[in-house]
Amino acid sequence: MKTNIILAGVGGQGILTIAAVLDTAALASNLNIKQAEVHGMSQRGGAVQSHVRISDKEIYSDLIPKGKADMIISVEPMELLRYLPFLKKGGLLVTDSNPFVNITNYPELDKLYTEIKSHSNTLLIDAKKIAKDLGNSRATNIVLLGAAASQLPLSDESLQQAIKSLFARKGERVVEKNIEAFNKGKEIATEFIS
Amino acid sequence: MKKLLLGNEALAQGAIDAGISGVYAYPGTPSTEITEYIQRSKTAKELNIHSQWSVNEKTAMEAALGMSYAGKRAMTVMKHVGLNVAADVFMNMSVSGINGGLVVVVADDPSMHSSQNEQDSRYYGKFAMIPILEPSTQQECYEITKYAFDLSEKMGLPIMIRLVTRLSHSRAGIEIGNRIAQNKISLPKNPTQFQLIPMHARGRYQHLVDIQSDNRESSENSCFNKNIEGKDTSMGIIAAGIAYNYLMENYEDGECPYPILKVSQYPLPKTRIKNLFDNCEKILVLEDGYPFIEEIISDFLGENRNVIGRLSGHVNRVGELDPDSIKKALGFEVEITESIPKVVSGRPPELCVGCAHRDLFDAINVLGKEDSNQQVFGDIGCYALGVLDPFASINTLIDMGASITMAKGAADAGIHPAIAIIGDSTFTHSGMTGLLDAVIEDTSITVVISDNSTIAMTGAQDSAASGRIVEICKGIGVDEDHLILITPLHKNLQKNIDLIRDEINHKGVSVIIAQRPCVQLPKEKKDKLKKLKKISLN
Repeated sequence: MKTNIILAGVGGQGILTIAAVLDTAALASNLNIKQAEVHGMSQRGGAVQSHVRISDKEIYSDLIPKGKADMIISVEPMELLRYLPFLKKGGLLVTDSNPFVNITNYPELDKLYTEIKSHSNTLLIDAKKIAKDLGNSRATNIVLLGAAASQLPLSDESLQQAIKSLFARKGERVVEKNIEAFNKGKEIATEFIS
Repeated sequence: MKKLLLGNEALAQGAIDAGISGVYAYPGTPSTEITEYIQRSKTAKELNIHSQWSVNEKTAMEAALGMSYAGKRAMTVMKHVGLNVAADVFMNMSVSGINGGLVVVVADDPSMHSSQNEQDSRYYGKFAMIPILEPSTQQECYEITKYAFDLSEKMGLPIMIRLVTRLSHSRAGIEIGNRIAQNKISLPKNPTQFQLIPMHARGRYQHLVDIQSDNRESSENSCFNKNIEGKDTSMGIIAAGIAYNYLMENYEDGECPYPILKVSQYPLPKTRIKNLFDNCEKILVLEDGYPFIEEIISDFLGENRNVIGRLSGHVNRVGELDPDSIKKALGFEVEITESIPKVVSGRPPELCVGCAHRDLFDAINVLGKEDSNQQVFGDIGCYALGVLDPFASINTLIDMGASITMAKGAADAGIHPAIAIIGDSTFTHSGMTGLLDAVIEDTSITVVISDNSTIAMTGAQDSAASGRIVEICKGIGVDEDHLILITPLHKNLQKNIDLIRDEINHKGVSVIIAQRPCVQLPKEKKDKLKKLKKISLN
């Protein structure tokens, strides 16, 4: 078993929180993990990504080869498409629908959505709104993680436990909100697929 | 349970467990997290391990050498270009040798993710004639660091550990071993060892040359250099450091048919390489960075042995390696995967909303429109983004401190206005000496120190300049009438333009300190800054 996940977004959008949940859950499940991330200059409002690899066998490369990612989880719709060369045939795309516009040549949203929807296995969701409705708009990333959860090699329990331990120092309410966000994401994904 | 650590953090944990008494470093991507890990470590605090940032890489390495002189284990950490700054002490301390174990960690940045070049530090290691260690996994980062300190004391030499960005900034689960105690103070047995006057230095250099065979033997027997058998001898593969991972990634369960030599310790193990040569028809060299190994083992006249790699053009010569880039050299078809849809725009990094550098560039750009002769010499830091649109304010960007000195040289050549823009920490790192050059000749340059009171680009480390810049400038001899403090805010734009224009028109050195803290600074750091001595200007 080997699962390759690309996390995408813009510097500061919290993709490393998703990575941390995946890492923690994988380690607690006695799986091997490698997770490459971006530090330094590109973090400043630029495109960022993280390669997460989870396996019960030895993992060699820190980087996912092209065409071998089982899924891309993106907190921003245009950033999702930037990593398509990594996606395997029929791989899963999960993304928030809200654009982060900090460039003058940001594409028209309709064109972006049309391109995203042209892929078969896609979850294009307004995760920001879902998180906001739950009372914590900062949990957008966890909604997206929840939406991808059924395709991960990690149990819901291990992911929820990881969320609990990672957010513990921020207080019980933040933990609760993030667990709710995770569950809501999972629910939405089920609706999409059915 | 295993501990989830970046390659950098695993290395830092290895250093703590190897009994270091201090780490000396200046921040620089991709090396920064090594020192930060030790700064955060409770164990390191309890053990009183020194971990405060140094002013630059040279002061850091010299302090580490001083700790080694005292008999204790010390580590110095930098990015690849940082080693250029520390090259003076680096080249001489391999001649003196060390007392307590001394490890130099250098993180290279192939593909220049956050750097101005992709120089390969292994050349420096070879230049200094010291062993180099190049881990391939996060676990090896941990193990190899402990090994490095033992090796250092065994050989009496500083040891280089070379990292690359992808190893530094990738996490994995790490098994942590035991920690050994720190060394006690013990001065060098040979009183002339560290006295490199020519008559002693000649002896030390001869000694360094003489022990090269020991270095090579250590490599031959190193548990980090590994021969892996393979049935298909039409090709043998030498894979160094992280390149080994990219090689194995291309084979299901790592079942590579070719014989492999994994290299993680240098000087190159000659006998092992000879064996590979004797048994294989050709040799493929996979290494991240420059074609260092390939160049050494290639037949210069190209008549005898077939060696391929980055130099021969079988693997990309520039940029980092990855599992895909080496496919062709391994004889695999490169599969065509989906391309990036046309609708996707580039998203380069940018200055934060509300960043003080923005307001400074706005003023500089207005002045540039007033006088098209204006040249702006930039420096290393977030403000390097001023090269890009929408600002496009900066004409040059070369190395730490070059803004002031290049502005001086250009002014000497007749350029006016010649403006240098340098950050506060870059100023104390390498700008002060250049400013003294300009003061001595009272060169007509305008130095703008964009003081956000932190080392922002690498994650808001404390700046050595905080609370000291004015006194430093006065001490260097800047005329106080032309030492100006401004606050870069939009509401001050016109006032700041007028103040800078006045200083441009001054025939001589002016220093303008544009001061406003980085917007990314956490609250506790902002509060700490407030407690610092208030900047005073008469």
